[in-house]
Amino acid sequence: MSTVKATRPLGQPSRLRRRIKPVKIASFTALLITTFLMLLPLFFMVSTSLKSKREMLKFPPTFLPESWAWSNYADIFETLQFGTLYKNSLIIAGFSVFGTLLSSALVAYGFARYRGRGNSFWFILLLSTMMLPYPAIMIPQFVLFSQMQWIDTFLPLIVPAFFGSAYNIFLLRQFFSTLPEELFDAGRIDGCGELRMWRTIALPLSAPALATVAIFAFIYSWNDLLTPVLYLSSSDKFTLPVGMASLTSSRFRIPPWHLLMVASVLAMVPIVTLFAIAQKQFVEGIVLTGIK
Amino acid sequence: MIKSESRRQTFYMYLFISPWLIGFLIFALYPILSSLFYSFTDYDIIHPPKFIGLANYTEMFHNELFWRSVTVTLRYTFISVPVQLLLGLGFALLLHQTLPWRGFFRTAMYFPSMVSGVAMSLLWYWIFNPQIGLFNYMLSWFGIHGPAWLMNPDTALYALIIMSFWTAGSGMILFLAGLQGVPASLIEAANLDGAGRFRIFLNITLPMISPVLLFQLIMGLIDSFQVFTQAFVMTQGGPNYSTWFYVYNLYTSAFKEYRAGYSSALAWVLLIVVMLFTAVIMRLSRRYVHYEGGSQR
Repeated sequence: MSTVKATRPLGQPSRLRRRIKPVKIASFTALLITTFLMLLPLFFMVSTSLKSKREMLKFPPTFLPESWAWSNYADIFETLQFGTLYKNSLIIAGFSVFGTLLSSALVAYGFARYRGRGNSFWFILLLSTMMLPYPAIMIPQFVLFSQMQWIDTFLPLIVPAFFGSAYNIFLLRQFFSTLPEELFDAGRIDGCGELRMWRTIALPLSAPALATVAIFAFIYSWNDLLTPVLYLSSSDKFTLPVGMASLTSSRFRIPPWHLLMVASVLAMVPIVTLFAIAQKQFVEGIVLTGIK
Repeated sequence: MIKSESRRQTFYMYLFISPWLIGFLIFALYPILSSLFYSFTDYDIIHPPKFIGLANYTEMFHNELFWRSVTVTLRYTFISVPVQLLLGLGFALLLHQTLPWRGFFRTAMYFPSMVSGVAMSLLWYWIFNPQIGLFNYMLSWFGIHGPAWLMNPDTALYALIIMSFWTAGSGMILFLAGLQGVPASLIEAANLDGAGRFRIFLNITLPMISPVLLFQLIMGLIDSFQVFTQAFVMTQGGPNYSTWFYVYNLYTSAFKEYRAGYSSALAWVLLIVVMLFTAVIMRLSRRYVHYEGGSQR
């Protein structure tokens, strides 16, 4: 007992810290290496997007373009009607984010604030829909939307978002549950209606969680390929992923790698911007809501 | 008084959740039930469905492409999901320490997850190019002559598996959140009791983050059973059906061969398999997953 105390005095953590140091150096090195590997493809994505048609076929690939072909970025708007694709994707993602935020926040509030009859039954049902694979409901949905004459419109890609999405409802419900009851009691005394309490008390306090949901909804809609492939048939209605997928099709003998990379870079821009703006709230939102 | 309060609560609960309830009926319950009905029919979406009993299901079990899609998907899942979980957890553990550049590392590792979808497929389509791609170039540093990856039936699936590791950062974020929920006092106490790093990890950290692990395992499996984009963009299920994923098979049957009935049967088998896997994992995990008393809400 006494020897343990002698080697590790409680009041002096410096010894302990010194002992941990090699682990930290190893961790730091491991992180450096993995981060390098993770970022390397992204680096080449940007670099290849700025190479000339001749240089993109060079092996080994050059790290930096010999001559910077900025014109690639103009070319893609001509060869691919990229502007239209971009606009379509933004419209669809914009409405989807709005719909998801609105309805998921309403539903989550209902689940979190009101212990009504059947609360846990419906909540468990909601959670189990997260396990429902989209392909299992894809065909009847397609039939439904085609009966409504919604094929080749944006409606099948937007309207479902206005009915809430399970994962986001779950996330927001966890968050709303942590808001103190007293706030709402105070609101009630002031004569606030239920909808107003949702809007003036719950929503403003939930900025990080709402930002997280907005980003999730945007990424989901922006990256989705299967649904637009099913519903959109005329090329002026295509979304970015559908248009980009057509770039690899067999109409090119040699894939235009530099243009593929331009498309990939441009497709990333909105997501990275969003993430840069909301990063703090986003990470905080995930941490706060947890996922238990 | 009490009765009217509970009635009020019930009223407002249903009022607020009504968007989801309506959506559930239209976009989940109705499609599932009609998909079950279609699965017993011969249906091309244009003409009315014709009832043919279990024929779709019996055909499936004799269909070579069906079995190919099952083995491809399972092989992908059983390698990609566990490795992704381990990588995500490993990164999170590394980043959970006080290290310089923590914020940078966290963002950098999460970054690839933001590229997911078609852009990622295009990028890796180039990376795996045998002549000019990055992957074989890096292998050549170690004197390895890489294969033709996506053009070789033996390696195409493994190329897609390797690509899936690139997004392990999204799991890392969730694990980091979980790790922050582990009380420092518990770890300090164990440290004072003389427990080593590995013991602390095994007996404290791992049980405390087991709900996160379970959640990610289940969601990872469900996602992995539904791989589509990679097959659609990069390989079209080939070469020689080596990346003929289940959902790609389902998609081709429905929208290329116009066999929505058969495809619905495929969808129902997928649904049942997902439910079975989830149920088995939940049951097995009951003994290992630890929930704190108060954290359920």
